[in-house]
Amino acid sequence: MYETSGWAIAVFIAFVSFVLWISYHFARRTKTAKGYFAAGGHVHWSVNGIAFAGDYLSAASFLGICGMIATYGYDGFLYSIGYLAGWIVALFVVAEPMKRLGKFTFTDAVDAKFNSKGIQLGAALSTLIVSTFYLIPQMVGAGTLVTPLLGLPHWLGVVMVGAIVVIIVATAGMASTTYVQFLKGSLLVVFSMALVIVTLYNGLNTRPGEDRRQPYPEFRTLPVSLAEDGTLSVPDSPFQVVARQASGKLEFAKLSNDNHTSWWRLTADAEGKPILTEAYWVTRLAAPVTDSAGNQVSALYNGKPITESKPLQAGHIETLVYQGEKTDKAHNLGMLEFLASVKESTIVRFAKATIKDGDDAVTVYYQNPTSGRDIMRPGLKFKVDESRGATWLDRMDFASLMIALFCGTAALPHILIRYYTVPTPSAARKSTIVAIAAIGLFYMLTLFMGLGAMVNGVVDVTDDNMSAPLLAKSFGITLFAIISAIAFATVLGTVAGLIVAASGAVAHDLMDRFLNMKLSDHNKVVAGKAAAIVVGGIAILLGISFKGMNVSFLVGWAFAVAASANLPAITMLLFWKGATKQGVIAAILVGMFAAVGLILLSPDMFERYGLPRTSAPIALNNPGIISIPLGYVTLVLVSLLTRRKAPEPTALVQEAVGL
Amino acid sequence: MHHGPATDWSKDKAAPFKTRVGIWMFVLYAVIYIGFILINTFNPKLMGSDIGGLNLATVYGFGLIIFALMLAFVYNAICSAAEEEINGRLDDEADEEEAA
Repeated sequence: MYETSGWAIAVFIAFVSFVLWISYHFARRTKTAKGYFAAGGHVHWSVNGIAFAGDYLSAASFLGICGMIATYGYDGFLYSIGYLAGWIVALFVVAEPMKRLGKFTFTDAVDAKFNSKGIQLGAALSTLIVSTFYLIPQMVGAGTLVTPLLGLPHWLGVVMVGAIVVIIVATAGMASTTYVQFLKGSLLVVFSMALVIVTLYNGLNTRPGEDRRQPYPEFRTLPVSLAEDGTLSVPDSPFQVVARQASGKLEFAKLSNDNHTSWWRLTADAEGKPILTEAYWVTRLAAPVTDSAGNQVSALYNGKPITESKPLQAGHIETLVYQGEKTDKAHNLGMLEFLASVKESTIVRFAKATIKDGDDAVTVYYQNPTSGRDIMRPGLKFKVDESRGATWLDRMDFASLMIALFCGTAALPHILIRYYTVPTPSAARKSTIVAIAAIGLFYMLTLFMGLGAMVNGVVDVTDDNMSAPLLAKSFGITLFAIISAIAFATVLGTVAGLIVAASGAVAHDLMDRFLNMKLSDHNKVVAGKAAAIVVGGIAILLGISFKGMNVSFLVGWAFAVAASANLPAITMLLFWKGATKQGVIAAILVGMFAAVGLILLSPDMFERYGLPRTSAPIALNNPGIISIPLGYVTLVLVSLLTRRKAPEPTALVQEAVGL
Repeated sequence: MHHGPATDWSKDKAAPFKTRVGIWMFVLYAVIYIGFILINTFNPKLMGSDIGGLNLATVYGFGLIIFALMLAFVYNAICSAAEEEINGRLDDEADEEEAA
């Protein structure tokens, strides 16, 4: 469906070759466990800070957030704010103490006070579960990216990412992973800035395709007459109304013209007269048809087989207001001018509705003119406005998500292990500050990239994840090639970090410490590499199985599980002398299983099971507001009940926080 | 780029002070972040109020990101000064000396 570009393939191959060279270069220097799991512990704080950004700015950030902003406006930007705010917890609460307490893994730090088998097992399991949930969307995102970039099928993209990442991790562990992430983090921020500069220079235009090779569709409007008996007709026009369908309060008409059919939305103009507005549509056929190449296809895009259709890209400004005046175009805008103009303008987004056409299911993507004022404030995705039908539970769901984003960052195992790659606690602090600067800058840019995609006619209405790369493509194939290669690297870097975290949990926490296998330094490295290969293989299988799942969906899940299982254990261990090992174990297990259980019983998951949303026993989709406090309450209660057996805080823990 | 072996940082006498500063800064940021969640949750229309050419949602959102960065720099300056004053030298300087 997407045209592949030789440029894109060349940039991609050059990038992957460079990444593999980095792994080869560091492999010769990675002989010890400290070298493999913590890059020797002497990475410079500035490199580590950018590598933090490389770790953190995953496919969900670059593809998911930009896509969500392109579709829902400000509501997508709320993810940017929450993800960045989480770093405050990391910097002020956990950075230095985690560095002082740990050696290779997050489990080391949590277990520093007690040396408990239960904590080792619970924390290692939590690391594996959170890393797995985080891995799935990254692998799915990799498959989604290679389809337009290289013209390969989804599964091949997943296998390719898995293979490259296993090579990166199994050759040189955290050392190669750190420099791959450094490279990716730097390129992502620099080229996102380039994309935003081009977007602002290009400005706003009511006809976004005007100066491009591929013009923007006209999206026609037809006046119609509605007879008293409800019959719809298109006067003085070659179009014939052949069918009408309703979806909730929306009405759609199927028109025929010269043997070509199309779907339109029945609505009213400013004077209240009935009109039809042209839509995009995707038909899921009950009986497959054969395309011109002889392939069986079961989906039609705008009536054409999916294999012969172009992607359905749309989104434009209906009424542009620049500096208080209506106009057709405004070039070379400043950042604030751009946001102010979007706020005052009216933008046509595309919403979807599903209807039946005989035995076929048709998804109509119809024009949905939206005031810029609504786009630039919360409410288009998250139901928070009471006057628009938001319930008390809807609002709690939103608050729950924002709390999980705030609390989750400092509890993600693949982020926490990066504190062991620097030599001192002060270096851990400084690298966190570099991370906040790089990540904060990137997240501010997401609003411009997302809104830029929304108004420039580039959003693929069937899958908004590709909005940022497609915005780049609208400005030229070179920028698209670079941005796509970086997006691919985004996945590589994050997956590599997750696999290092998971391999540390298996080789160091479970095999060496929990099972007391007393591995030699060399054998621990061998076990870590073997674990990386196995986890990489599992990630490939999961990435293929979960094809089509929303990229940001499971990331939110991973944040909630991490915040619920790990944050109570980390913070209470550091700041409450009464915490006992039983309390820490109980908090990890209760937090982890409560978060996972609540998600499995949520309305979103019931919809995925094919059951009605209303039959879900828990009305919340985001568990954080329940499971995070539950983790803390469990830790306090169990610690109080088992307090007599609690040992005095070790000197190490007292040194770690100094209180 | 490489700093050599880590210093004996477990003797960081500035740790209690840095921890206290960190907790207070965390509380300050958390209060402002909770305010953001509360307005979005219970009075989303207020977020649409004009502030200059922008609105409260945009200003508050960007403000949270920029304020995080400002707090981070202030925290680092305070911690570095405390390390120098209480420990007698900066941790990084100590690293470099040992590496040399």
